[in-house]
Amino acid sequence: MIPEIGLAALWLAAALAVLQMVSGAFALKAAEGAVNPLAIYARPAAVVQAFLAVLAFLMLLWSFAITDLSIKLVASNSHSMKPLLYKLTGTWGNHEGSMLLWVGVLALSGGLLAGFEKRLPERTMGATLAVQGFVALGFYAFLLLSSNPFERLPVPAAEGTGLNPLLQDIGLAIHPPTLYAGYVGLSVAFSLAMGALLTNQVNPSFARVLRPWVLGAWVLLTFGITAGSYWAYYELGWGGWWFWDPVENASLMPWLAATALMHSVSVLAARDALRTWTIMLGVLAFSMSMLGTFLVRSGVLTSVHAFAVDPERGAFILGLLGLYIGGAFTIFALRAGAVAEGKRFAIASREGALVFNNVMLSAILAIVLLGTLYPLLTEVFDVRVSVGPPYFNPAGAIFAIPMLLVMAVGPLLRWKSDKPARLQFELALIASLVIGVIALVSFFGQFPLLPLLGLGLAAALAVAAFLPLRGRNLARVPVATWGMVLAHFGIAVSLFGMACEGAFSQERLAAVAPGGTEQIGDFAVTLESVTPVAGPNWTAIEARLAVSRDGGEPVILNPQARNFWSPPQSTSESALLTRWDGQLYAVIGNQAEDGRWQIRVWWKPFVTFIWYGGLLIALGGILAIAGRVKVDVKRRAAVTKGAERRADVEALDVASPVPAE
Amino acid sequence: MIRAVVALLLALLAIPVMAQDSMPPAPYAYNQLDDPRLEAEATTLMHTLRCLKCQSQSIADSDAPMAGDMRHQVRSRILAGESPDQIRGWLIARYGDYVSYEPEVSATTWPLFAAPVLLLLIVAGVLLRRLGKRRSDAGDTV
Repeated sequence: MIPEIGLAALWLAAALAVLQMVSGAFALKAAEGAVNPLAIYARPAAVVQAFLAVLAFLMLLWSFAITDLSIKLVASNSHSMKPLLYKLTGTWGNHEGSMLLWVGVLALSGGLLAGFEKRLPERTMGATLAVQGFVALGFYAFLLLSSNPFERLPVPAAEGTGLNPLLQDIGLAIHPPTLYAGYVGLSVAFSLAMGALLTNQVNPSFARVLRPWVLGAWVLLTFGITAGSYWAYYELGWGGWWFWDPVENASLMPWLAATALMHSVSVLAARDALRTWTIMLGVLAFSMSMLGTFLVRSGVLTSVHAFAVDPERGAFILGLLGLYIGGAFTIFALRAGAVAEGKRFAIASREGALVFNNVMLSAILAIVLLGTLYPLLTEVFDVRVSVGPPYFNPAGAIFAIPMLLVMAVGPLLRWKSDKPARLQFELALIASLVIGVIALVSFFGQFPLLPLLGLGLAAALAVAAFLPLRGRNLARVPVATWGMVLAHFGIAVSLFGMACEGAFSQERLAAVAPGGTEQIGDFAVTLESVTPVAGPNWTAIEARLAVSRDGGEPVILNPQARNFWSPPQSTSESALLTRWDGQLYAVIGNQAEDGRWQIRVWWKPFVTFIWYGGLLIALGGILAIAGRVKVDVKRRAAVTKGAERRADVEALDVASPVPAE
Repeated sequence: MIRAVVALLLALLAIPVMAQDSMPPAPYAYNQLDDPRLEAEATTLMHTLRCLKCQSQSIADSDAPMAGDMRHQVRSRILAGESPDQIRGWLIARYGDYVSYEPEVSATTWPLFAAPVLLLLIVAGVLLRRLGKRRSDAGDTV
């Protein structure tokens, strides 16, 4: 019964998406100021649809919680012996479930927009909701027609197949939901951009409506990518944190577009400039979200040929992709001319710096897009090539380095027009930090070029991030400005972590007999013993490593090599020793024939800063949202107060002429 | 008779398959070279070679037996005095371009290298149009 309720809720939600789309479109036919009688259904349709889609998701979650083996999806992806947490997270650890989560978040954000956003003109809101309904309808169709998560088995299975052990980790509880919420939050930015474009309302008040959605989605994406990177780092057992893998790139591309969009929206809100540019980025950001979904969900990455053999799902998403992206850019091309040019500005101005960096972000996006899609393209012609870090790192750096330099200076510039001579001291400080740090580090040894540049830039950016606060009363600096400072400082912190990991990591691979000691950096690692252990759905061998730094008190680390039996697969559970200046990463491997054990140990100085930086960036975004909301609430309170006073005054005026006698 | 031949053939075929799983890993699959400079050279190279049996992993990041064999190949060839480029060339000749994460300019990969150059031109064009025009406009109006 439970899955049938879920399925019915999905069909109803799809029907409401049609209503939302049609009713929203009627809002466009209303005259200025009037309300079309058919347009009033769009908002309620979006809200109810959100409830239904979330209900469908909860039904699937429940089915996974109780391991209902009569459902095909549960039987092929879950197992009754799995810990409850992984039963629950397993809901989105598969194709159908993750698409249902995607659609649920899409409907929820549409519902929130319809329920709470009252600032937009009705026509723009109608057009926005129509677009949102149109997008949702496509994905409902995808779920219902080609990936039904609630399909029953003719005969219930005796036991489930289980979940990929690599996914049986707390990372699955955090990474996909935040990333999806970020992906799909951008759908609202897309619909708003389309709505504003269709009704010719691209102006600062529209930007103020758009901004919290973009900021929110961007914060979630930042957090999701950071969490995913750390997850891959500790779970895969080799200490890699980013490999320019197509799946990673699929999450990075929307982030790059959203970063550019966020800055562009701020310019539009503050200065009424960059109108068409903001709209274009809004379309681009969600296009990248959908492209990412296509890459990950169509199976095209495993092999283009596998995709061609069973193209149903992939072709469906590809069709949706073509429809939405193609449609959006067509409307953009037709309507962009009608959008009046925004306010003008000089090169040396804050807008100028933001435009420069938006163009750089777009260029990096283009490089990542090309490097990700090119191997898929050549595979169609049976030519197999690999594009990896040796390509992405330098090609990305060409655009990232100028961008980071301009980022250091941009926030110091005035709006509209500024004289670079005013910033002589700051420019000299930034330049001397970059050059000084690079010279200092090169003095101590030979390091690869990119990490070296990274170290110099990180030092300069860390200082430059706080320069906008110089000479200001810190108590009166707006919360949103603190957000910017923190996020820019986070970039420096993250860059520092990446550069240190690239330049100073040490590796020790060795076969060690119990009792033997290996030296890595300042650490002495002693293999004390190796013992078998068992968990709820795995058995493992566990090493006891005593790690002592410079002869100090030893700390015990317990890396495991686990064997899961359903599905049969082995994983390495690394053990991490976190210190303020880095992380020791230990893994236990196989036993050699002579009885010695393979151990792998890395000392990665300051590697944790990569993720601390990511968290700081996300926190900066949260502060920016909080600051904007605070200002908005204040403004609304002032407006209400003003209206009350006016009403009081009017009441007095009416009262006063009453004759005394 | 025919059955016996088939069985023998199958047995012969089966030996290498079984051998791959049960054979202990080659000496340099999980052990480093003694010379840190050579080891660093090998590690840098290994990070840019694809593990052909995995999805998106380099041979330096994989537990797959084949990745272990390839690591052994790389380390022992470095030890024998070959340069990283020679080893990459040898692996490409053996497994095709797919094995190397560092695409080389060729008839099939030139767009990858043309793109950044083209992008630089486009970026310069966009910036000049957007920012350059503004200045002359501002000059006109002022």
